Amino acid sequence: MKILKIFILIFLVTNFSELKSDETNDILKNKILKNIRCLICQGQSVYDSESEFASSIKLIVDRKINEGLKEKQIYQFLREKYGDWVIFDPKLNKNTYVLWLLPLLLFLLGGAIIYKKIVSNKNNKI
Amino acid sequence: MKNKLILFVVVIFLSFCFIIFYKGLNTPNNYTPKVNEKKNIPIFKAKDFNSDSYINSDKIFEENTFYIVNIWASWCVPCRAEHPLLMQLSKNESIKLIGLNYRDNFSNAKKFIDDFGNPYSRILIDKDGTLGVEFGAFGVPETFLINKNKDIIKKFIGPINQEIVNEIKSIIK
Repeated sequence: MKILKIFILIFLVTNFSELKSDETNDILKNKILKNIRCLICQGQSVYDSESEFASSIKLIVDRKINEGLKEKQIYQFLREKYGDWVIFDPKLNKNTYVLWLLPLLLFLLGGAIIYKKIVSNKNNKI
Repeated sequence: MKNKLILFVVVIFLSFCFIIFYKGLNTPNNYTPKVNEKKNIPIFKAKDFNSDSYINSDKIFEENTFYIVNIWASWCVPCRAEHPLLMQLSKNESIKLIGLNYRDNFSNAKKFIDDFGNPYSRILIDKDGTLGVEFGAFGVPETFLINKNKDIIKKFIGPINQEIVNEIKSIIK
């Protein structure tokens, strides 16, 4: 009886962990699919689209996750096939550096202006 | 002096923004795929249309031969329009045509080939469209030109026309 209980416990634990792994894969899959552009749709992600292109990409992403590929490797695979445009979140390169650096520059410029104002206000008070 | 410096910085900043937006407005916002980018052929395993057995990509493509990979389906109307041109290309001995039957029903695809002729030296089945993704395809019809070094050198999106056939012929000459 005790052995049976142990077997049931092992069975439940292993099945639970499998379920958990499926759930983690689904979360990762959805995260990736939401970040992939459906190239034949208008402003839709692969996750939102029901097109043939999107369903093929969904299958490929699912397959790559099951093969053990990491999120970045899957993006890299799709980039090689369709270019940077396929990913919603663009990578830093010569075409996108303005996009990435402009907010940082504006932030630094704004910070410098505020800092200067504070310093000059302090000096005025003294 | 201080005001001049601020004015200078503001002018520089506004000019910069103007250039960025001007360039942004002038570039088309829709996606234009790269059709002349040289890529290696993907490594894959696919089901053969005639023998029903699986075959590896390295067994399909041999070196020193030009190949055309054409993605087609019996339900695709533009595929019918380009089919006579593929038949014409298949008569050329310096090139081999590989067909990728995309998301199709086997009996419909077979009927299509029986009715219109078979330009392909081999047909592969792409039941779920994932093989097309390996090639970087968007849908049907799509045609890829592969050179003697097994590189994809050109991609033709949509049905091919006489102009494209002439272009292919001039490349493989």
